[in-house]
Amino acid sequence: MLLGTALVIAAKDLRIEWRHRTAFTTAVLFAVLVLLVAVFAHDGATIQLRDLGPSVLWVVLSLSTLVTLNRAFLLERENRALDGILMAPVSATALFWGKWLANLVLVVVVMVVAIPLWMIFFNIEPSLRIFGVGAVALLAAAGFTAPGTLFSAMAVRTRFAELLLPVLLLPFLIPPLFFAAQATTQLLADAPIGELWGWLRLLALYDIAFLALAAMLFPAVMDQ
Amino acid sequence: MTTPATPVIAATGLERRFGSVVALRSVAISVAAGEVVLLAGPNGAGKSTLLRTLAGLARPTRGTVEVQGISLRNRPEGRGAIGFLSHQSFLYDDLTARENLRFAATLHGLASVEARVMDSLNAAGLAPRADARAAVLSHGMRQRLAIARATIHDPAVLLLDEPFSGLDATSVVQLRDGLAAGVARGRAVVCVTHQPADLWQIATRVVLLERGAIVFDTPRQHTLEDFQAACAQSGGA
Repeated sequence: MLLGTALVIAAKDLRIEWRHRTAFTTAVLFAVLVLLVAVFAHDGATIQLRDLGPSVLWVVLSLSTLVTLNRAFLLERENRALDGILMAPVSATALFWGKWLANLVLVVVVMVVAIPLWMIFFNIEPSLRIFGVGAVALLAAAGFTAPGTLFSAMAVRTRFAELLLPVLLLPFLIPPLFFAAQATTQLLADAPIGELWGWLRLLALYDIAFLALAAMLFPAVMDQ
Repeated sequence: MTTPATPVIAATGLERRFGSVVALRSVAISVAAGEVVLLAGPNGAGKSTLLRTLAGLARPTRGTVEVQGISLRNRPEGRGAIGFLSHQSFLYDDLTARENLRFAATLHGLASVEARVMDSLNAAGLAPRADARAAVLSHGMRQRLAIARATIHDPAVLLLDEPFSGLDATSVVQLRDGLAAGVARGRAVVCVTHQPADLWQIATRVVLLERGAIVFDTPRQHTLEDFQAACAQSGGA
């Protein structure tokens, strides 16, 4: 029942996004802009473009995530549609998982576009290691969207949702951002898998902890 | 549905404060199956707040709301027995009329969703516009769609806030007939309207709210003119 309801809510969000692609287009354009700025502002005499790659990738992906998350609950504010969901015998936990799943899919789709762009801009040769970067991105996306879903539900009830979300969320993005950037650096440096494991484990732990915490706190946010 | 004597929805000692402003003062109201309550009162009397509180969307500062004997505070899922039409439509502008109803029906866990959606579209006279996005529907059509959304799960109690707003004369009659049919099956209705004439025919009880308190609550005995005079005397409706 919980999973079924979550899937229905996620499918509804993704259908609405598919219709006008506001969040997707904005996030991808934003990613391209940040990549361009990073490439043109880069001073080749002090640092290699390739060495800068992991940090730029994670700045791009985390900020693009913020852009997509902003949209998550704004569409529920329209016509107070969230009240319509709350009037149904649906648990707030199912609502959280549905919203999280839709956010995760959207963020992953943005990453699927942004990572190849990053490879082009930063001269990263395609190799099997890129699948590793993809796996790190998936883990990081799960971590970004867990507190992101919770905080976007909180922020949307204020008049300054677009401003409040980054203020609330960015401090919580620092740990997964750090773990993901470290893992990406190791991957691009062809470090042994053993060295990578530590960062991946930390990312996975962060995901589990924050998914559990956000799912637990979400009903209290909905109850306000 | 519940037997006629049992209150389908009952509120006791309801108080709702917004900071220092008291929106509801010790409101007690219970509505039995088959009753149609016309809730009137001047602007700012607390009618919409009372409906939102009865619907479980606003938590009362004090007091309780029970739906079919279940307290909404302890079991919020009891809201599933309520249909609520507020000033807002609860519709997604980017979904079609059919998709909006399908989403609501699925959330309510209804069996044979597609059949129910078609029935609701037909009843609302929206079948020809079923695949039009809610955003492109006229105000009256959106209102009919919002009513269809609120009633798709055949709720035991229906809370309506200005349901006749934006409807043409034919739609008003259709809505009133639809409400009467639901009431005949045992549904309870609480309706806020500034157009009491539209509901008067089927109302069984009139409640006047003023400054957050119920000033009278009586079976409908008088004529609409008497009621309007009483409202005017107390500065209401």
